[in-house]
Amino acid sequence: MLDIKNLHVKLEEEDKQILKGVDLSVEAGKVHAIMGPNGSGKSTLSYVLSGRDGYEVTEGSATLDGEDLLELEPEERAALGVFLAFQYPVEIPGVGNMTFLRTATNAQRKARGEEELSASDFLKLVRERAKALKIDADMLKRPVNVGFSGGEKKRNEILQMAMLEPKMCILDETDSGLDVDAMKLVADGVNALRDADRAFLVITHYQRLLDHIKPDVVHIMADGRIVKTGGPELALEVENNGYGDILAEVQ
Amino acid sequence: MALPEQKQSATEARLSAMTLPEPGCTRPAREAALARVREMGLPSRRDEYWKYTRPDTLVQAVALPAAVFENDEKPLFDGVDRLKIVFVDGVFAPELSDDLALEGVRIDRLEDICCKDIHWAKDLYGVLEARGHNPVPRPLAALNTAFATDGVAIHVTQKVSKPINLIYRHKSDTSDAMLHHVVRVEEGAEATLLENGPAASRFNKCMEIDIADGGTLHHVRAQGRDHERRAVTHMFTRLGTESVYKSFTLTVNGVLTRNEQVIELTGDDAVAHVAGACVGDGDFHHDDTVFVTHDAVNCESRQVFKKVLRNGAVGVFQGKILVKAGAQKTDGYQISQSLLLDDDSQFLAKPELEIYADDVACSHGSTSGAIDETALFYLRSRGIPQKDATDLLTLAFLAEAVEEIEDEALAEGIVDRLDGWLSRRA
Repeated sequence: MLDIKNLHVKLEEEDKQILKGVDLSVEAGKVHAIMGPNGSGKSTLSYVLSGRDGYEVTEGSATLDGEDLLELEPEERAALGVFLAFQYPVEIPGVGNMTFLRTATNAQRKARGEEELSASDFLKLVRERAKALKIDADMLKRPVNVGFSGGEKKRNEILQMAMLEPKMCILDETDSGLDVDAMKLVADGVNALRDADRAFLVITHYQRLLDHIKPDVVHIMADGRIVKTGGPELALEVENNGYGDILAEVQ
Repeated sequence: MALPEQKQSATEARLSAMTLPEPGCTRPAREAALARVREMGLPSRRDEYWKYTRPDTLVQAVALPAAVFENDEKPLFDGVDRLKIVFVDGVFAPELSDDLALEGVRIDRLEDICCKDIHWAKDLYGVLEARGHNPVPRPLAALNTAFATDGVAIHVTQKVSKPINLIYRHKSDTSDAMLHHVVRVEEGAEATLLENGPAASRFNKCMEIDIADGGTLHHVRAQGRDHERRAVTHMFTRLGTESVYKSFTLTVNGVLTRNEQVIELTGDDAVAHVAGACVGDGDFHHDDTVFVTHDAVNCESRQVFKKVLRNGAVGVFQGKILVKAGAQKTDGYQISQSLLLDDDSQFLAKPELEIYADDVACSHGSTSGAIDETALFYLRSRGIPQKDATDLLTLAFLAEAVEEIEDEALAEGIVDRLDGWLSRRA
């Protein structure tokens, strides 16, 4: 589904290479995890895939089902099925959460040539999906993420994912700032969306999240490259021994 | 002190082209106002109070022509059950207006207040305007009191069942209109006053509003879309104990608009909110000038002004809260913000507080900035196209001002207008 080949990325503003040849393939139905020390380029990878400004691709490619992602605007990538759950979800005063969800859902349906959801169908759907994530009516009414706790923000990200039903879900440190109960709730939300046509790329520092969202493949990223790939046991190895041994081994 | 020669000659040049209306019961007030104009002189660019807005075209003897803007848009407030009072180029049009009879309110044409002996109106005409020249003169308001040719006297005695809508149509490219309204809200009475339309090529409006103890006035205004029109408006409002005044103004287009609000909280526990949303393009110049005086205990005032500017448009905000000695427990709030959609647009703000009481809470803030790129990316990453996302953030920026309108149907009408403006973007 997602194919990244030899991806090199630098910051637009300064001459600093962040990604130095990332190769990664994520198949439909699979969960891949990326772990790695701070500054290894994990978040940059998620931003580059979703189309954030400020990065320059100097070499390589990234495609989703054969479509070149890097040429597309962020909204076009979203319509193709890319979804990034933000590490720091953005607060938007003045825009109601419900309005936001409906506008986004219908914009994507429109871009895909599907009919827009009626107000009542949308309401029914959003209530049902919000309930599973323990998001109450008040959170739906309030402005997007404004005054939300850390846990509420992350649950709101998963609600957006549930409404938009993307093919390729990228979770950028979704576990950061969550207590154990909140993490369980978020993981349950993610697991409920797992199916044969959908893939996940879970970026995390810690093995903890992977206890709840079981990955098929674990990658270790360091200094802008994937340096090691293995099964779930690789995450445990990191948890027990840190990154030091792995990094020493690959150098 | 004698006026500078230049100012005096500019003032006389304007006055020489004008004559006071026929003698009547407002004649003494008009003569006194004329004397005030001569004493103050009409504004010039050199006046500190007109530093950001050129008054020349408002002062000069002959109004610049302004093309009538034709559009097939549904008139604002069309779906609202209201009493319509229509003026065409500044002249009352009875054939276009509703019957002025409505329970709880008496409405008379200004020229009839003498023959019908409407005491309160005679006693109010020019009084709040005359009080409103301290610390800065507002000579264009005094000019209005002296020479206004039409207007209405609205006397609210109960809770009025539907809004009263002053509709200002612009038909002639060269119209130069001066309207003066007086409004009295009696104890415990309540009304909603709507105003909309461009009025004239050049429009000078003055409204004096006296709200008795426990009275409430809601005011919602939209200033019409004619691109070339010019307007200066003054609203002088005096509030009694536990009275409420809530005013919102939408300005979309117009080459020059100066809206002044002068508010005096004279009774304890009174509440005054003034808000404005303006969106402008190109040679649009819009100035909100607000002066709130707290002269009683435990009053609340709130000013919320938001401007969206693009293609070189200019926005101005001058706002002041004066808290007099003894006006303890004052709660004063003032925010003025602009969203600049490009590098060519400009926002000039002068927020001021002047406080002589020691137990008050007053805050003011002023910002100007561009669309938040982080928020824009967040919306786009959810599949919302860039233009829609920008529009959503623009409306969100204006929301705090629009939310000052309590009536939902009226607020929706205003949001529709803003949507229309956004959708017309090239």
